[in-house]
Amino acid sequence: MQTVETQIAVENASPTTLERLAEIQRLAEAAAEKPAALGPDVDVSAFRTVSEQQHIESLESLDKQVRETVLMSGFTADESERSASYFQMDRTPIYERVAEAFGGAIEIMGTEDALRRYPDEMAEKWWWRAVAPDKDKYTALVALHQTEGYFIRVKAGQKVEKPIQACLFISESNVSQNLHNVIVVEDGAEANVITGCNISHGVKEGLHAGISEFYVGKNASLTFTMVHNWDKEFSVRPRTAVVVDDDGVYINNYVLLRPVRSIQAFPVARLEGVRSRAVFNTIVTGLEDSVIDLGTETQLIGEGSRSEAIARTVSRDHSVVYSRGRLIAKTNNCKAHLDCRGIVQSENSTQWAIPDLASEGAPGAELSHEAAISPIAAEEVYYLMSRGVPKDEAVSMITRGFLNLEIPGLPPALRARIDDAIAEASRESM
Amino acid sequence: MPAIQAPLLAIEGLRVRVGDREVLSGVDLMIAEGETHVLLGPNGSGKTTLLNTILGMPGYEVLGGDIRFRGASILRLSIDERARLGIGIAFQRPPAVRGVRLRQVMVAAAGGELADDDVSRISDELELDTMLDRDVNMGFSGGEAKRSEMGQLLAQKPALSLFDEPESGVDLDNIAVVGGAIQHLLRGASASDPRRGGLIITHTGHILKYVTADVGHVLYEGTIACKGNPLDLIGDITRQGYEKCVECATCRQ
Repeated sequence: MQTVETQIAVENASPTTLERLAEIQRLAEAAAEKPAALGPDVDVSAFRTVSEQQHIESLESLDKQVRETVLMSGFTADESERSASYFQMDRTPIYERVAEAFGGAIEIMGTEDALRRYPDEMAEKWWWRAVAPDKDKYTALVALHQTEGYFIRVKAGQKVEKPIQACLFISESNVSQNLHNVIVVEDGAEANVITGCNISHGVKEGLHAGISEFYVGKNASLTFTMVHNWDKEFSVRPRTAVVVDDDGVYINNYVLLRPVRSIQAFPVARLEGVRSRAVFNTIVTGLEDSVIDLGTETQLIGEGSRSEAIARTVSRDHSVVYSRGRLIAKTNNCKAHLDCRGIVQSENSTQWAIPDLASEGAPGAELSHEAAISPIAAEEVYYLMSRGVPKDEAVSMITRGFLNLEIPGLPPALRARIDDAIAEASRESM
Repeated sequence: MPAIQAPLLAIEGLRVRVGDREVLSGVDLMIAEGETHVLLGPNGSGKTTLLNTILGMPGYEVLGGDIRFRGASILRLSIDERARLGIGIAFQRPPAVRGVRLRQVMVAAAGGELADDDVSRISDELELDTMLDRDVNMGFSGGEAKRSEMGQLLAQKPALSLFDEPESGVDLDNIAVVGGAIQHLLRGASASDPRRGGLIITHTGHILKYVTADVGHVLYEGTIACKGNPLDLIGDITRQGYEKCVECATCRQ
């Protein structure tokens, strides 16, 4: 049996796969010190990797406090409204289950398991195919010291209405969780994935580095919702790329309503297929000393591709928020729009709105953007007051409305939780 | 009912400054419970200033005089306190509020609770169906904005309603709908429904085809220059203009 020195012991792989895995290793090693283009630098050597944990038989056996924490990101221990669940505690996928009704439709497991089971298919199609292992030190960290992540595959033609849920949980301080997630929605399939990233109460410093590579097949659709619940000492560096095939649809919803030390992410949707489509909805509140640098990039490659990216940011306290949006047209017949609006609610907070449009040899491409940073208009507050609404409630109503994007595909319970969190954030702003 | 009832609205000697200009220089105006009054006057005479001062909008500095609502001065009350006391308004050009739906504002205007049946009834009367779940005033046409304002007032049911040019920028069909709703709000939809007080700013008087008004006032150069039958006043103004109107015998009394 041939072996190659990689982090994950892979057996039964073809020589091509082993070579590819070795190449990934080499690329990552060379980039181990490479700073990211954006965001404050994080000293990755300051953290040890997360520990192993025990498997559990049922989500109900999770600690009550853990269950309550993850509920905030839409993850529920009551699986009746979910088609599949994945729960990773620190280093270990402690629970993975597909509901009986969806047995033939969904595969869900840790990515190391997936790599062992399907080494050639993974390496050839998905594993580090959308995100480069040598992009920066964070991708390198994951390539060299991976601590699982989820693999979700929805089989061709399967329309899975109930959400698939994944939770990535950190229970320790001073650790880094280095995840590599892969979602494959095969041709003609539909899926709604809700991911929550959470940390235990009392967890102090840490790093969450996460590679996510999603593949949306022909005529397939993926709605991906991520709710982040971090804390003020936590650094977060997701690296996400999504490839969408002909007539495929990718909808990305991202919600950050809690403080974080710093987060920097710039997910990319590559609309390679004809008539493929991407939608990004981003809701961010900058709190305390958070440094938040979030963007979305859409590459319009396939003929007739379309995209829309909407971001709403409210910043308070001493937070710094960058709201970026990039559209790159590479085909003549494409159309995309960016809409980023921000409200700065503190004299110590800073916001940047940075729309960025490029047409690369695509004279017929239609790209547009609206970016605005402005306060809540006094006349709007007076208007609601004239209906009997007290001033603080009027401001809160307007802030809530501002953040309250119409997000498709959200389960009502998660919608309600997001509404609550927004209401809470809006109230605190008074 | 007490023998002597304080008027719904009593404005006495009201002087108001906006910026560095004294726009109202001694306005007296009284509206009894259940009466509908019309406020006429040329552009810049201070009509909207008067409404905004009654509402308590910032930027309207009261230099003298008083505004009493059912006998008590409201000058120290905030906008929302006055609204909850029973003063409502249909704005001429209401601002759009992104993310806040008309339905939400109607519920807020009703004091936080409004039954679905009531929403439907108001919606049917004013054809608000397609607007209820849109952001309030966002992209509303002239007619839609007026109907939306009326919907909010019907939800609030204030004892005193102020209307700032309810017919401006609105086609005839919409005037009929808006006018019908004003009449219904002020005069009661049924016998058990109380009559409510109203003050309507109008330039053309078109709205009076649909609304029965009791008294008209002409606001001219910062004071009430004339008071009388609203239709007669509009007739005089149409024939001779404001300048002549305020010189007539009635006004000089």
